[in-house]
Amino acid sequence: MKTIITSTGNQLDSAFDLRFGRAAWYCIYNHGSKKTEFIKNDYSEANSGAGTKAAELMADIGATQIISGDFGPKAKSLLERMNIQMVIPNETNISIKELIEKLG
Amino acid sequence: MRIAIASGKGGTGKTTVAVNLYYFIEKYLGKDVMLVDCDVEEPNDALFFKDAELTLRKQSYRKVPFIDTEKCTFCKKCSDWCEFNAIVISPGIKFAEIYSDLCHSCGACTAACKYNAIAEYDELQGSITTFETGIGKGLLEGRLKIGSAMQTGLIKDLKKEIKNANLHVIYDAPPGTSCPVVETISDADYVILVTEPTPFGLHDLKITVDLLEDMKIPFGLIINKSGLGNNGVYNFSKSRNIELLGEIPFSKDYASSYASGDILKEIPLSVERTYFEIISKLKSIIR
Repeated sequence: MKTIITSTGNQLDSAFDLRFGRAAWYCIYNHGSKKTEFIKNDYSEANSGAGTKAAELMADIGATQIISGDFGPKAKSLLERMNIQMVIPNETNISIKELIEKLG
Repeated sequence: MRIAIASGKGGTGKTTVAVNLYYFIEKYLGKDVMLVDCDVEEPNDALFFKDAELTLRKQSYRKVPFIDTEKCTFCKKCSDWCEFNAIVISPGIKFAEIYSDLCHSCGACTAACKYNAIAEYDELQGSITTFETGIGKGLLEGRLKIGSAMQTGLIKDLKKEIKNANLHVIYDAPPGTSCPVVETISDADYVILVTEPTPFGLHDLKITVDLLEDMKIPFGLIINKSGLGNNGVYNFSKSRNIELLGEIPFSKDYASSYASGDILKEIPLSVERTYFEIISKLKSIIR
């Protein structure tokens, strides 16, 4: 099971990124191995279609769950159909590490 | 000769100038003139010709691709070629879809696919209407379908309806400097920029002047609502050597005659004089 967390940087102490399609980085947290990996979002500055490309990437990664501050309408409908769960945390002023700790 | 009336800022008077120029070109240069409303998101030229007769209405379609997932190998080539990120392909879950509202109908994905998995269908993008106005060769209007965001294809289609190459054509452009404006002015011989002498007018004028210099299209300036604002627009046009074609003084009475659609009904003498001068200058600028 993989949870993707949108991140402003590529470190565990980086701040949570509130945007899904235009997040700077994605942190992949593997629940089995407890390992994390950061991948850069090549489409964060795209003129259009950042959300659709991000959803495509999530499917390619094999994400089961995404934690972000907000999901655009196209990304949202795609992720629903791809059966990937979207989670918006109550607390958003938080680091990636703290979010992972909350996942347990 | 094709003259586009454009402005960076909205509400500076493009339509006022376009409608008047159309009227006065007929009066001073003859019948071979046509007005083309290229502001397809909200065309309003027709409002000034209350007795106009609708002579032809056509629907305009654009090509939108779709993927046949039976034939698709999920190779992602189409998605890589798509400049607008409109295509989502995920091999793992055999997912392949094109988002039509991101698609610009460029045809790259169809050309990219080696497996014949992409076909195109026609999607309604708007309508094209011809009006007989009693002035010159009438008015052509493009009107985007509500919900459609792609203006450029409709503007291209609209221009195909101008059958006579020898006409004087007035394009009433959309506001701004984005793709629909570029599409409108792309085949213009000359662009008339309309601005107002305010800081907002100046800011957007600068952007538009940069665009026209980039596109190498000759242009001149009309300052509308003169008497308002400040000297910024005058200083800028002087410093950039921009041809000042005319000035239209701000008048509340004129604004209310515009608002009721009556600008061609009783034309003040000062307004007529301004357009007479503009047309005289245009004749010497364009051969």
